[in-house]
Amino acid sequence: MNSVLVFVEQRQGRIKQSSLEALSEGRRLAKKIGSTVSALVIGNQIDSLVNEISKFGPDSVILVQHDALANYSPDGYRDAFLEVVKQEQPKVILVAGTAMGKDIAPRIAAKIDAGLATDCLAIEITDDTMIATRPVFAGKVLQKLKIMSSTKIATLKPNTFRTEEVSTKAPSIKKITPQIDPSKWKVVLKGIQEPEVKKQDVSEASVIVSGGRGMKGPEGYKILEDLATALGGTVGASRAAVDAGWRAHAEQVGQTGKIVSPNLYIACGISGAVQHQVGMANSKVIVAINKDPEAPIFKFADYGIIGDLFEVIPALTREVKKLYGKE
Amino acid sequence: MKIAVCIKQVPDTSVRVKIAADGKSIDTAGVEHVINPYDEYALEEAVRLKEQVAGSEITLVSLVPDKAQQIVLKALAIGADKAVHIKADNVPNDSLAVAKVLAEELKLGSFDLIFFGKKAVDYDNHQVGAIVAEILNLPCITGCTHYEYSGGKITAYREIEGGVEVYEVVPPVVFTQEKGPHEVRYPQLRELMAARKKPIATKQPNFSAPIMQTVELSYPPPRPAGKIVGKGAEAVPELVRLLREEAKVI
Repeated sequence: MNSVLVFVEQRQGRIKQSSLEALSEGRRLAKKIGSTVSALVIGNQIDSLVNEISKFGPDSVILVQHDALANYSPDGYRDAFLEVVKQEQPKVILVAGTAMGKDIAPRIAAKIDAGLATDCLAIEITDDTMIATRPVFAGKVLQKLKIMSSTKIATLKPNTFRTEEVSTKAPSIKKITPQIDPSKWKVVLKGIQEPEVKKQDVSEASVIVSGGRGMKGPEGYKILEDLATALGGTVGASRAAVDAGWRAHAEQVGQTGKIVSPNLYIACGISGAVQHQVGMANSKVIVAINKDPEAPIFKFADYGIIGDLFEVIPALTREVKKLYGKE
Repeated sequence: MKIAVCIKQVPDTSVRVKIAADGKSIDTAGVEHVINPYDEYALEEAVRLKEQVAGSEITLVSLVPDKAQQIVLKALAIGADKAVHIKADNVPNDSLAVAKVLAEELKLGSFDLIFFGKKAVDYDNHQVGAIVAEILNLPCITGCTHYEYSGGKITAYREIEGGVEVYEVVPPVVFTQEKGPHEVRYPQLRELMAARKKPIATKQPNFSAPIMQTVELSYPPPRPAGKIVGKGAEAVPELVRLLREEAKVI
């Protein structure tokens, strides 16, 4: 009763970093209202995840396991999640704003008539209200949204809340075999397609090297791949580059792509239209490289270099490698 | 198949957003509105499925102000057959209240497929489609890029971090739409003219008491003006030094 429940997402036995951010925030909120925080994990054969989760100080870890929950199932995870919500009657439910989190949170909200604040940047809580700060109009405006239902649900923007390891007593462990019936599930997962070369997703990366029209074609991205590899980051793209068919939509940053918040965003040959800006303005540090000194991107980049991408980027890659001692 | 596509209007995404004097809403005076881009992608996918399955029909369900009829007409011109315009000048910013009104209307149509945009690019709530599906007890796949129809089944592709989930489902089903591989067709004058002759039913909504409320809107702090480190490759060592020593991000 009255507790904070945090959904800790795992895929193939790997916990999402953004879920640990949510767990740390859940612990901070629970402290404020003098309550406890539980971590809910759904999957199959996930006992071994308890150690990692325990570092972030939950009072209890609830493991819901079933053969049919090895992969995400919208129907199955919803039913398993709801079963725990009914038992625990939490006051607050936190979910990381990942593809899975964005899918499951509204389903739970609908089933228990709870208000849901998505993509939260900050949460204030008192005994009976929750006020979430969240970007609206793609980040052009911040909204303070008050949730008045008895249970309040929030999805948290990845890379926004600080993780905090704490040394505290070991959590209690609760194992549940959910009362689910996979034969009733109507949505059937046929498979998960993964690219041949695994790539960090822009929504989860801490360094993004992003290219726009200035890359002149798909082959131009080779130098961005090299820079991203040197920095341990990933490649992103502007809408212009995606619409031209140079890069996949999964890499698109901006209004109709992903809203990202890395530590470092390097915009290469991107003019900086408002639709792109809203997708990356939350980056901690923005670097712009563009040959046009009048490009709008220079107005909101922290650091800019005016020049030819095809000279500046390879030079930057060499310098970064030198710094990291790889050459 | 009977297909429904839910569309709403949003302020033109390329314009500045101005907070109204009450500090809790947006000043929409003089602001152009467009169909929410994700709803438009959904409509395009719906039209493609309609073209594949003979005898299909698309109904728009639109909860927008009275004066937003041009939004409905444009969507009809893109390829819908008829529309239900639920007129509300003040749509509450409460996804559950909105979803209940839409669910009430959608259950009357016994639709095989119901499409939503994955989110509207005004309040970015990202939840109405899934909530409607749960209210109607229909299966739902969110954030789909595209679909394949074969033998009464639909295969839907959903982008996740670093991959794509492939789902199979038998209608009735609710889909929410991500930007996908297909560009939205641009209606020609002839189609715009024909849209004026398509039936539009009008209705009034009954919203339930809100459980969410905007208490304040504000502008995010502007990013402080940055600096131009220099020109060309010669500026690179200085940039790396700044990123290392000043910004501490590498």
